[in-house]
Amino acid sequence: MSKLLTRRSLVTAGLVTAAGATGIGAAARYGLIPPDYATLYGAGETLTYATQRLLTSGNSLAREFTRSDISKIPIVNGPAPSDVPFQRLAADGFKDWRLQIEGLVERPASFTLDELRNMPSQSHILLHACEQGWSYIAEWTGVRLAHVLDLVKTKPEARYAVFMPYPNPQQTTGIIRTQFDSIDMADALHPQTILAYGMNSETLPADFGAPLRLRMSREIGWKNTKYLQRIILTDRMDTYRKGAGTWYGGI
Amino acid sequence: MQTGVSSASLDARVRAIPVIEEPAATRSTQSLRHLAIVRASHWLFATGVLGLIVSGSGILISHPRFYWGETGNVAMPSLFDLPLPMIIGPSVWNRPIHFFFAWFLVIGAVTYVIAGLATKHLRKDLVPSKTELGWRPIVSVIWDHVRWKRTSADEAWTYNVVQRLTYLIVVFVLFPGIVWTGLAMSFAVMSVFPFMVTVLGGHQSARTLHFVFASLLLTFFLVHMAMLCLIGFRAHVQAMITGHKPQKEAAE
Repeated sequence: MSKLLTRRSLVTAGLVTAAGATGIGAAARYGLIPPDYATLYGAGETLTYATQRLLTSGNSLAREFTRSDISKIPIVNGPAPSDVPFQRLAADGFKDWRLQIEGLVERPASFTLDELRNMPSQSHILLHACEQGWSYIAEWTGVRLAHVLDLVKTKPEARYAVFMPYPNPQQTTGIIRTQFDSIDMADALHPQTILAYGMNSETLPADFGAPLRLRMSREIGWKNTKYLQRIILTDRMDTYRKGAGTWYGGI
Repeated sequence: MQTGVSSASLDARVRAIPVIEEPAATRSTQSLRHLAIVRASHWLFATGVLGLIVSGSGILISHPRFYWGETGNVAMPSLFDLPLPMIIGPSVWNRPIHFFFAWFLVIGAVTYVIAGLATKHLRKDLVPSKTELGWRPIVSVIWDHVRWKRTSADEAWTYNVVQRLTYLIVVFVLFPGIVWTGLAMSFAVMSVFPFMVTVLGGHQSARTLHFVFASLLLTFFLVHMAMLCLIGFRAHVQAMITGHKPQKEAAE
């Protein structure tokens, strides 16, 4: 091969590398890199997350259904936590339960169930699908997460919301992350993202996440953390990320 | 594919020219079996489809029941059940693998179709001629296979009408179908293109159709492998890697 070709290919390779680095830099700046980008399948995760975040950047709304579409029998994978602290709270109708919100917020606060119920409420009839393959339709009632985050004044540098539930040692499917989960601000502030305390016009049943659960319209079933205890706003996920499976559940 | 010049004379001519002075382009266009872009996308497809079938089975085993409409679960009657045990767990770690390999299929298909149009590969090598497109030529090809009639050396290196139609169906029906039905199960994508799932009849209909497309693709893969073994595994795999027929076969 001639010297010219070698030089040309070197220049091309350099340009491609520079373009790639710039692209990755821009993607990171616009929040298109998921926290699990460096895992074994991180390239696929990053492509999926970046593509879908660009596609849904206009706060696209998920399909909503009618009351007649609501499934007669909704399904859960595991029962409510059976450990004593949680059961004691449940026996009392969660009177002593508080939702704590902390991390990158101006005014860390905790809310009782009544306080949350007295906030502006909204209901959504949504499809709930488990990654295993089954699905059901239910109506969820609660307060918009964006409203609660507005009360505690999220700092601009917050990039993720981490949801800490009551531990559920009795969970039969141990492989599924039951300890905690997290979402980005695009989903946290989405108009259909609520903290639900009601299901199908009744109080949220124990197995479905009482007293309070996250309910999103654009993510798969298990991303909707149940039995909420604490919400932490953060700008980094490396201290929270663990468990198997994907982080982004929009697909 | 050869046109006019016999394999042997072409081969002799290629060998007669000193390799160093022979412009690379001339040599490759003369004895080229598969274009570089066809080879590259073929292996992207192969990697993608294999990874998707394995990881897809891992997801399937978590709920081997199928439904029609929006909803379906163990409390509802199913459309059909697969005779498999329901194992909870594998779907969790098979999902990222599945979407990782899905990108091989998507990138491969986009590359293939664009390059296939630009190089006229689709028109020249895949679209059957008018004379081939009739019941008689199609039936005769199938009948030859049923009778186990040995394909002549020349025919083995070109696509017959059934092959052409099959490859076109895989690329333009099965691949788009499987990506469409897969995306129709994505909540985020369906918030932007809801018609993609509503025209299919709902979330569970999309899942069932995804399984149907996957089964058709698996059937194609198995027949593809069987044919490859019958016609000469090594030579044809080699041609799909290097782009050239193996010297020995070309000289026959």
